[in-house]
Amino acid sequence: MGILDVKDVGKRFGGLQALGNVNLSVAENSVHAIIGPNGAGKSTLLNCLVGKLVPDTGSVMFDGQSVLGRSPHEINQMGISRVFQTPEIFGDLTVMENMMIPVFAKRDGAFRMHAIENMMAERDIVETAEKMLVDMNMAEKRHMHAASMSRGDKRRLEIGMCLAQEPRLLLLDEPTAGMARADTNNTIDLLKQIKDERDITIAIIEHDMHVVFSLAERITVLAQGTPLVEDTPENIKGHPKVREAYLGEAA
Amino acid sequence: MLNLQKHDKTLMIIVAVLVLFAPFILNPFPTGSAMAQFNAGYPDLMQRFVIFGIFAVGFNILFGLTGYLSFGHAAFLGVGSYSAVWMFKLLSMNVIPAILLSVVISGLFALLIGFVSLRRSGIYFSILTLAFAQMSFNLAYSVLTPITNGETGLQLTLDDPRILGVSATADGGIPVTSLFGLEMRSTYEMIVGPWTFQFNAGYYLCGIILLAAFYLSLRIFRSPFGMMLRAVKSNQTRLNYTGLNPKPYTLAAFVISGMYAGLAGGLMASMDPLAGAERMQWTASGEVVLMTILGGAGTLIGPVLGAGFIKYFENIFSKINDSILHSWFSFLPDGIEDAVVFLIHPFIGKGWHLTLGILFMLVVIFLPGGLVEGGQRIKKWVSGGKNKADDKAPKTEPAE
Amino acid sequence: MDAIILQILNGLDKGSAYALIALGLTLIFGTLGVVNFAHGALFMIGAFCAVTLSKILNLSFETVDETKLDFLGNPAKIKTPYVESWFGPEVGATIIDWAVPLAILFSIPIMIAIGFIMERGLIKHFYKRPHADQILVTFGLAIVLQEIIKYFYGANPIPTGAPEVFKGSYDFGVLLGFDPNAIIYPYWRLVYFGFSALIIGGVFAFLQFTTFGMVVRAGMADRETVGLLGINIDKRFTIMFGIAAAVAGLAGVMYAPINSPNYHMGMDFLVLSFVVVVVGGMGSLPGAVLAGFLLGILESFASMNEVKSLIPGIDQIIIYLVAIIILLTRPRGLMGRKGVMED
Repeated sequence: MGILDVKDVGKRFGGLQALGNVNLSVAENSVHAIIGPNGAGKSTLLNCLVGKLVPDTGSVMFDGQSVLGRSPHEINQMGISRVFQTPEIFGDLTVMENMMIPVFAKRDGAFRMHAIENMMAERDIVETAEKMLVDMNMAEKRHMHAASMSRGDKRRLEIGMCLAQEPRLLLLDEPTAGMARADTNNTIDLLKQIKDERDITIAIIEHDMHVVFSLAERITVLAQGTPLVEDTPENIKGHPKVREAYLGEAA
Repeated sequence: MLNLQKHDKTLMIIVAVLVLFAPFILNPFPTGSAMAQFNAGYPDLMQRFVIFGIFAVGFNILFGLTGYLSFGHAAFLGVGSYSAVWMFKLLSMNVIPAILLSVVISGLFALLIGFVSLRRSGIYFSILTLAFAQMSFNLAYSVLTPITNGETGLQLTLDDPRILGVSATADGGIPVTSLFGLEMRSTYEMIVGPWTFQFNAGYYLCGIILLAAFYLSLRIFRSPFGMMLRAVKSNQTRLNYTGLNPKPYTLAAFVISGMYAGLAGGLMASMDPLAGAERMQWTASGEVVLMTILGGAGTLIGPVLGAGFIKYFENIFSKINDSILHSWFSFLPDGIEDAVVFLIHPFIGKGWHLTLGILFMLVVIFLPGGLVEGGQRIKKWVSGGKNKADDKAPKTEPAE
Repeated sequence: MDAIILQILNGLDKGSAYALIALGLTLIFGTLGVVNFAHGALFMIGAFCAVTLSKILNLSFETVDETKLDFLGNPAKIKTPYVESWFGPEVGATIIDWAVPLAILFSIPIMIAIGFIMERGLIKHFYKRPHADQILVTFGLAIVLQEIIKYFYGANPIPTGAPEVFKGSYDFGVLLGFDPNAIIYPYWRLVYFGFSALIIGGVFAFLQFTTFGMVVRAGMADRETVGLLGINIDKRFTIMFGIAAAVAGLAGVMYAPINSPNYHMGMDFLVLSFVVVVVGGMGSLPGAVLAGFLLGILESFASMNEVKSLIPGIDQIIIYLVAIIILLTRPRGLMGRKGVMED
């Protein structure tokens, strides 16, 4: 039993079987990568985990509770945070405000009406958010409009916002897609640091093998909507089936 | 942070001074002088300034913060007016219960309409609110006549069964609205030299309520709730995946702004106890949109400025006629004088709406931040290059 | 049965107007992605083209007829339209009588020109701005256009008649074997319906069978791809805007005899037409036409006394009610594609 257990999950769009009988278990406090060629169903699987899609069959259990039928914000409140392929942040708000919102969500839940209090007077929220900005090396950018930052900084901010909620599971959807080499390496370092310093499970969908092999402790290879193998990075590298289905393309 | 509070305090003081001293500020020209027609310091007009100010401030809480463009907010104003008039008919001529009821009823109405409309966003939301408002308007004209008195409008009559109070005054007239005996229409005139200043009880009641409404909106803008509303506008996906549910936040904003509209409607009826369906028509909803955008949507003071601006020029522009124009341009040679008057003629008097339409288009095209942005640009331009560094300075608060 | 047929017929002319305006709105939305709140104003301008032409044709000069005296005993002044003096009294009178149909020719170049100017001068700059901004600026434009018309033509409706031959009514009752006078239907409304059908058919044929139409349809499906093909789509879209304006204008021209044109008729129809577009499905041309007729007919059914006595006030709200139900249960409308403007 891992922290996240996916059992027999299937999803069909019209005539296309996007996912068929996916079984997957992510162990607590591990880094688990899901790789696979384009159209393997990685994004569909991810969307089934966070409540954007509801699978046709099977079950998804997080920490012993089913996530199926719950909306994204409810699943998030259970302890799953998601980082998007293109950073999703509050572009019109300042960096500090961006960071305060997840802290509020952590403390107050999905909705709380506090319309009269001054938000800056919430000392505990401000302090937590400031500390997280320092952790992310963004303290000096706190007054900037989030939309005006560089792509690398947006990614950093988004990861920071997810961490500010102290999630138990962090899902990353191709976090280095479209990034320059230097930015990719920075992101790898950041994720390594997060893994070392926090009690957190990380599941990562990634194209870039460099990223996968520098971070992952276990790897699941997905092809045509079903898991091909699941193993350690060392074994995956040499696995003939994987080479054939996936790495074969590159080799 | 202290700066921020100081900034808001300044804003609050500015609005308070404007409201409290409006009878002076709006009456700069001596009575009887040629410019006296530009005075706006008479009770009726000043009341309209502040009432529409309240309406626009409330609309801005929804549109300015969340970006949801409602084209049906006049329905809440109308419902507020009807509620208030019914309170005058049935309970008492005191304005307090009437205003309270109009806020409550319009709040409930907004809860209902908002709950349904907010299931969609973007243009679909606009159309849904428009559809609801037009439905209310059509019904008020037809089958709801027992409640709304149809085309005639709801008015006080001599046989209203007023529980606390009399149906008719001793001299056989209809009683007037009051605040614990202080009649809303009572006006104190102060004559200073050639000037006449009018201090009207109803205006000051509306003014104090505007100040309270403005203060509340200021607090909302600076609150965590206000931040969540701006987050709704900025990125709903991220909000969802941050464990927050956007629906109750937007619904709360919708209901609050509906209650503001109801308050405005209740005050309108308190100043002049009648209510008609035309207050609910979609053109009336369009008007509050114009005010908010013209002043500056999403800014605190913008809607108040926009409401004042539109109501002032509506009154003043529509009063200017050709003979006034001729007297202005009489210094020009005759032919040119006539040509100038001919060119200006379509934009004045009844042509005020044309001017408003053009002005509104210009604002949307060139000045999306409205009058407030215009003011900021002028300020920047005046202060010139000397504090160019300011551009890089931390921008503490996007919503001024 | 006869009552039902009568209501269907009654719904057709309003439905035609809804369908034509909604068709133009959808063309603009589908090709340019712009929500045009000024489209109702184009309909109104069309109606005023008919008014204008009828006024021009009626321009007269005065002659003094010594043989007749007016009631003051002065020689009577007789007004003769120029048209009658040029073409002779009979032909001239016929031309004046046919002012509204003639206004079709008169209005097409005007409407297309207005459409071009609107697109090039204003709408073009709003492609990349949010839909809320597009709504606001076109709303402002609608106010400006209607105030200009009000300035020149006044606030009162201007009666504009159909040609004499179409002034009567046709007795469908006899044709269909019911009692005479059971189903009476004015000729002009038949003309209006036929005319609308013709225009709708024309627009669809144009999009279906011409190369231009093919490119536009491809552009409606996926604007970026067509842009990549190197086809000058923007120019074609400008032309499309002109066509949409012409469709709205023609709908207005022919509507003039049904309801005397006034300056706010555009706004009145606009609100309903938007509801029609939403019901039909944002961006779907057949949806717009279908929904236009459907809502027109529903509206006339709701105004039957039998229905009204069952549900009082239903005739006032039926269209909005249908729109709300459709929007909540099937947000993409009757025939819309998924995901259009659902953000």
